[in-house]
Amino acid sequence: MPSYTGPVEDFRFLIHECLDLQECRDLPSLAGVDSDIIDAVLAEGARFCESVLQPLNAPGDEAGCRLEGDEVFTPEGFRDAYRTYTENGWPGLTSSPDYGGQGMPHFLGIAMSEMITAANTSWGMYPALAHGAWELIHLHGSDEQKRTWLPKMIAGEWTGTMNLTEPHCGTDLGLVRTRAERRDDGSYRISGTKIWISAGEHDLADNIVHLVLARTPDAPEGTKGLSLFIVPKFLVDDGGGIGERNGVRCAGLDHKMGIRASATCEMVYEDAVGYLIGEENKGLNLMFTMMNGARLGTGIQGLGLASVAYQNAVTFARERLQGRSLDGAKNPEKPADPIIVHPDVRRMLLTSKAFIEGARALAVHTALQLDIEYNHPDAERRERAGHWVALMTPIIKAYFTDMGFEVTSLSMQVHGGAGYIVDTGVEQYMRDARIARIYEGTNGIQALDLVGRKLTAANGETVKSFFTEVERLLGECADEPAMAEFTKPLAGAAERLKSTTAAVYQKMAGDPLEAGAASVDYLELFALTAMAWSWTTQARAALRALDAEGARSDFYRTKLDTARFFMARMLPETLGLEQKILAGGETLMALDESAF
Amino acid sequence: MKILVTLKRVVDYNVRVRVKSDGSGVETDGVKMSINPFDEIALEEALRIKERGEAEEVIVASIGGDEVQQQLRTGLAMGADRAIQVSADGDVQPLTAARTFLKLVEKEEPGIVFLGKQAIDDDANQTGQMLAALWDRPQATFASKVELADGKATVAREVDSGLETIEVDLPAVLTSDLRLNEPRFVKLPEIMKAKRKPLETLSLEDLGVERAGGIEAVSYEPPPQRGGGKVVESVDELVSELKSKGLL
Repeated sequence: MPSYTGPVEDFRFLIHECLDLQECRDLPSLAGVDSDIIDAVLAEGARFCESVLQPLNAPGDEAGCRLEGDEVFTPEGFRDAYRTYTENGWPGLTSSPDYGGQGMPHFLGIAMSEMITAANTSWGMYPALAHGAWELIHLHGSDEQKRTWLPKMIAGEWTGTMNLTEPHCGTDLGLVRTRAERRDDGSYRISGTKIWISAGEHDLADNIVHLVLARTPDAPEGTKGLSLFIVPKFLVDDGGGIGERNGVRCAGLDHKMGIRASATCEMVYEDAVGYLIGEENKGLNLMFTMMNGARLGTGIQGLGLASVAYQNAVTFARERLQGRSLDGAKNPEKPADPIIVHPDVRRMLLTSKAFIEGARALAVHTALQLDIEYNHPDAERRERAGHWVALMTPIIKAYFTDMGFEVTSLSMQVHGGAGYIVDTGVEQYMRDARIARIYEGTNGIQALDLVGRKLTAANGETVKSFFTEVERLLGECADEPAMAEFTKPLAGAAERLKSTTAAVYQKMAGDPLEAGAASVDYLELFALTAMAWSWTTQARAALRALDAEGARSDFYRTKLDTARFFMARMLPETLGLEQKILAGGETLMALDESAF
Repeated sequence: MKILVTLKRVVDYNVRVRVKSDGSGVETDGVKMSINPFDEIALEEALRIKERGEAEEVIVASIGGDEVQQQLRTGLAMGADRAIQVSADGDVQPLTAARTFLKLVEKEEPGIVFLGKQAIDDDANQTGQMLAALWDRPQATFASKVELADGKATVAREVDSGLETIEVDLPAVLTSDLRLNEPRFVKLPEIMKAKRKPLETLSLEDLGVERAGGIEAVSYEPPPQRGGGKVVESVDELVSELKSKGLL
């Protein structure tokens, strides 16, 4: 059976030694949050995930959810775990203190999300969707809506969902048919069918607050005619408690490859009472706030699953005795050497480790930018942070989930035949990780978002936000000779990314198909360069710490060695990507459809 | 009634302990440190007693440098009312700890002093017993069940032959065994609130504690690596091998 230990030490390194928290002293989310509190939250969070969620992961996968009538029952233990989670205040970790939240910084939220996913991806879906829903209401709801829904949702008593997809429309939301009819009391009546609704129905919470995209009778065609509604499972009575049952029910549960303990529901709305958020026909933009948060969260799923799959691969590689090291026995008193002596096993483990820790640093830094974007007193600083978040959202979503899946596959490879056996438990990680490349906008859509929207956004300021950070880091390290082995490859990759960006920009001006042809490779090129930046910041912190006396030297030396591996054996992928991108889309489009 | 609970900062039980290269101790820099698990169980029991209305206040105390404040804050976040740090450098031996706690007992006059049966770093299993002797009050060690009534504690103790139930008059020293309870999770809002609960800092000198010097650590070394096994051909060979190693 797999095991899991929350990477608290790595989080502490990233937060205390890599982030520039000085410039964030004035952020409300950091007021009173000193290093003791950060450490306590990380330690308690890890403890909850390791001891409560992880043991439910494999049994939950085996049992799945159960539909009886229109009620959904989650696997045994899920309810109790959810109760513990809410009783201990976790749903409100980063949410607004105005509505009962703890208002803590987003890097703690991201850390907790990673550990929850690693321990139990399916279980984590329920609070994650609830989080997205309250965030949307918090940003776009009226004061009355906030008062009605937020306190219960932030306390975790009620959860939430996002309802976009319909049987005939997934990526293209312009085709949404669900209807919303106005009533005299200001509410609406919602009718239609939504599919693939995560956490649409379950037994963890007293009420479920659905956020539903629907179309009013006179709305314009396409995405410009979508409005967003709050449609609760139970209406709220005058006292703010549970009232009448609303006209929404679960009509089916999907049987899936992975995340089997997450209820994926078909939801049928029949004259259900709904409350408009914002204005009519402006719904899609509002939904995108939830989508953006959800996209970051989905990227973190890739990271979390990679992390737990890697941990178990390391344990196996250390224990499995098989064959001898190519240069002679390392373990002569035993019948064979552990497989971790083999260069190829190390390649797999190091690729995993370098991805995980590089990605984690990028995620923690991006999470801090979220706090800056929302709350920094300096407008210019807020804007710059916003650009970074907008740029990194598709990169984190797509690259983290592609690599997350790859790492779960590497973990299976390290396990050999045992990895393919269900009872070993690592194949679940691979199945659970696969969906993350698809939902919340497929990774192809993320690449189009990067090339089509983010490249041109804000007159190029969005993209510039990355290069500015790279140049700043290179400038700060210019006088540190020990940093050259990291800054040189970073500078090279950044130059390559810059020239490729210019080339892509030029090509797509002439032919929009060129943007589509370049997009996926371009996103990976960008992601690898961002990882080089991330590893360089970590290498700098590690070198500084090693200079200080009495440091835990093993930890920092391992950081430097892993950074070297990344620069030497992962970053060079950018050369091939550059070549593929510059080759253009001609060969992709040459075949006639009938030739496939 | 007050309950005084002692918390020792130790290397977390999940960490693989490593001896420093110069043999002067075990590596603690950058290593995850936690409340000694037995002390955490003692605190949990004290909190439950308070929650049942059988005590009014739970005080946590620890001896050591400012780093022990982290464990005291965790104790406060679990639900203790206030904390006392007795600052001291270097190694604190069981007798020093017992003398220190005696001073705190004289200052606070608790009805129960609750300790872990032993700390997982040095496994001394002495402080509670020494404190009871110095204080000249009853002790009930290795508790796996505690009930209070009429100024007495009825304690089921884990002993080699099973469970032994004894009754002691309060005030008394109790020490917890592993199966006494399962400590609670810390609630997130309590972590913030713990920051505002009182934490008093005293020193060994303030308290007039004389340091015990009976034990000197000469050197530390990791246990020897296990050597390879040996396959024997017959029972006779096995017996003679065991005899030659003095094992039979």
